[in-house]
Amino acid sequence: MDSDLNLKATELRLGLPGTIDAISPPKNSKRSSPDSDSATPPPKAQIVGWPPVRSYRKNNLAEAESGSFVKVSMDGAPYLRKIDLKVYNGYVELLEGLEKMFKLTIGEYSEREGYKGSEYAPAYEDKDGDLMLVGDVPWEMFKSSCKRLRIMKASDARGLGCAV
Amino acid sequence: MCLFQSVMNYFPEEVLEHVFDFLTSHRDRNAVSLVCKSWYSVEKFSRKKVFIGNCYAVNPERLIARFPRLRSLILKGKPHFADFNLVPHDWGGHVYPWIEAMAKSRINLEELRLKRMVVSDESLKLLAKSFPNFKSLVLVSCEGFTTNGLAAIASNCKFLRELDLQENEVDDRKGHWLSCFPESCTSLVSLNFACLKGEVNAAALERLVARCRNLRSLRLNHALPLEVLQKILVQAPQLNDLGTGSFTHDPNSETFIKLKNAVKNCHSIRSLSGFLDVNGRCLPAVYPICANLTALNLSYAPGIFSNELTKLIRHCKKIERLWILDTIGDKGLGVVANTCKELQELRVFPSDLYGVGNAAVTEEGLVAISAGCPKLNSILYFCQQMTNAALITVAKNCPNFIRFRLCTLNPIVPDAATNQPLDEGFGAIVQSCKGLTRLSVSGQLTDQVFLYIGMYAEQLEMLSIAFAGDSDKGMLYVLNGCKKLKKLEIRDSPFGNMALLSDMGKYETMRSLWMSSCQVTLGACKTLAEKMPRLNVEIISENEGGAGEVEARLDDRDRVEKMYLYRTLVGPRTDAPDFVRTL
Repeated sequence: MDSDLNLKATELRLGLPGTIDAISPPKNSKRSSPDSDSATPPPKAQIVGWPPVRSYRKNNLAEAESGSFVKVSMDGAPYLRKIDLKVYNGYVELLEGLEKMFKLTIGEYSEREGYKGSEYAPAYEDKDGDLMLVGDVPWEMFKSSCKRLRIMKASDARGLGCAV
Repeated sequence: MCLFQSVMNYFPEEVLEHVFDFLTSHRDRNAVSLVCKSWYSVEKFSRKKVFIGNCYAVNPERLIARFPRLRSLILKGKPHFADFNLVPHDWGGHVYPWIEAMAKSRINLEELRLKRMVVSDESLKLLAKSFPNFKSLVLVSCEGFTTNGLAAIASNCKFLRELDLQENEVDDRKGHWLSCFPESCTSLVSLNFACLKGEVNAAALERLVARCRNLRSLRLNHALPLEVLQKILVQAPQLNDLGTGSFTHDPNSETFIKLKNAVKNCHSIRSLSGFLDVNGRCLPAVYPICANLTALNLSYAPGIFSNELTKLIRHCKKIERLWILDTIGDKGLGVVANTCKELQELRVFPSDLYGVGNAAVTEEGLVAISAGCPKLNSILYFCQQMTNAALITVAKNCPNFIRFRLCTLNPIVPDAATNQPLDEGFGAIVQSCKGLTRLSVSGQLTDQVFLYIGMYAEQLEMLSIAFAGDSDKGMLYVLNGCKKLKKLEIRDSPFGNMALLSDMGKYETMRSLWMSSCQVTLGACKTLAEKMPRLNVEIISENEGGAGEVEARLDDRDRVEKMYLYRTLVGPRTDAPDFVRTL
């Protein structure tokens, strides 16, 4: 597989790979036998403009769909997890969920001191890409602006207002 | 005829004008202007509404000369397939020259409705400043503007009644466009900003809603939370059409309870949409208004699960127009079929656009709907699979289709039961639905389906074809048979020069023809362009590297990747970018 970004070569057409011109949709005769391999459907994701859905709709649906699932990373963990924010009714439930999932304690939030006394501090990346401490804004606002969660070691989180 | 003429001439022009006022359809008015010179003249000066289906078919100067007293203009720009990324970004369709010309000629413009056009902030600013009686702006699938342009409209259009933004790509500058509506603005009847991504000042919105007592239609965007919706509904219980923004909250909270009460008071809501971010547990808040709904659009709410969806729909017995996602499933469509006996238009959109697809609807759902909803006349259906038998049944159950658009997620999938092409199924549709004006076909299809379409689809005006047919015969059947054809768009099908050139005069009776990834060559396009001076034959290159580069590589025998031709009164357009060559 060559590594250049030869987009034309990978753009799916109903024809032999490598030929730009020869595009003939498979003839009927090839398709009538159920065993024929030319009956393999083209992978949907690769055909430009198919299914015929307005780009506006495509863009907005994709956002909405992944909207409530966010990645959660924990400093030091080998892989990330994903949680559905919609499932939680508030911060308390969310933090409990995170504590269970990662087997740790996060402790209680206070506006002045963040998550005092705990080994970990929950932070999140918002729409603008900034790293924020979980808990400062109303829950609904948090849900809509949170793009990604990060459970930081409290020692790294000093700047976020965590008294260790 | 002569006696009639002289009798009619006794009537002063004012009377003719008054009579013509009753003619609302463009076709009728066009017909009237062909009767005789005096009718032409009266009609010309009394025409207030003009519809231009292809902005490059005429130009602003001719429009103004022809209808100097126009007040309301509808313009469409890019070809339909631009919606699916088949037309390069800067192809054209700019509204600025139209606004500029109308401003210069002091046209008393009151309404402007644009579809698939490029609308710059500059155009919006010029629009806002040039037409003191401007009342209504509707932008559908447009692009090129930011919220700064909207601010200009809000600030300057003193009598604005309608600002309706549908599915536009807007660069949201996070300004305060909504706050630009002055305190003196009380005329708004319709405000739709659902497609905007950014925040709006909720307090300004609440004040605006409170002072516009005639507000009937309001569609919020994603950034507005439920709290704001609740306050607005308290201020505007008279709404007919509501688009919620985000619809998620703790169902046990006080805000939510207040919302439920506010909704109960909204006795006039007939159309509901939005739910742009939704918690299914919040849906019961709208149950009280479902009984009177005639239109429901849940197609941007993938967060509503199938069972919540069907629970909601069971309350909606009067629905006439329903737009949903295929997450509803065949079973859910069965519920629709049992509940929504007044249903006329159904659109089922795909929810899984990028994955391998566990698309949830098949031919079963469609058959159920056709059996349960006798008034069904318009359908857009994205499905995993289809069968001829199902289509034949649907055709029998619903002979009243005027629009039938079927889209199989695999564009060349054969009949799921028999592995045959879907020719017979679509054939049954066109044979049964004598009033069909719009058709989109998909699935594995041979020339046979086009034979049927040419034979039976006598009223067909628009046909969309993708990955279908075997030879030029297919396209010929359509061109020869469909006498009322106005728009034909074809992609990835083996139609070539013979079909293209067989009846060149036909294209002057049509608005446009689009062919991409077909077999037509540059030479044939050149021949066509030469013989038909009243057509613009555009060759659109994929590389935006400039026409020179393209020309150096293509010779007459080469296939043309994208061709768009349309009839025009004004010759090749002057704003074509490098990658568009008008032959």
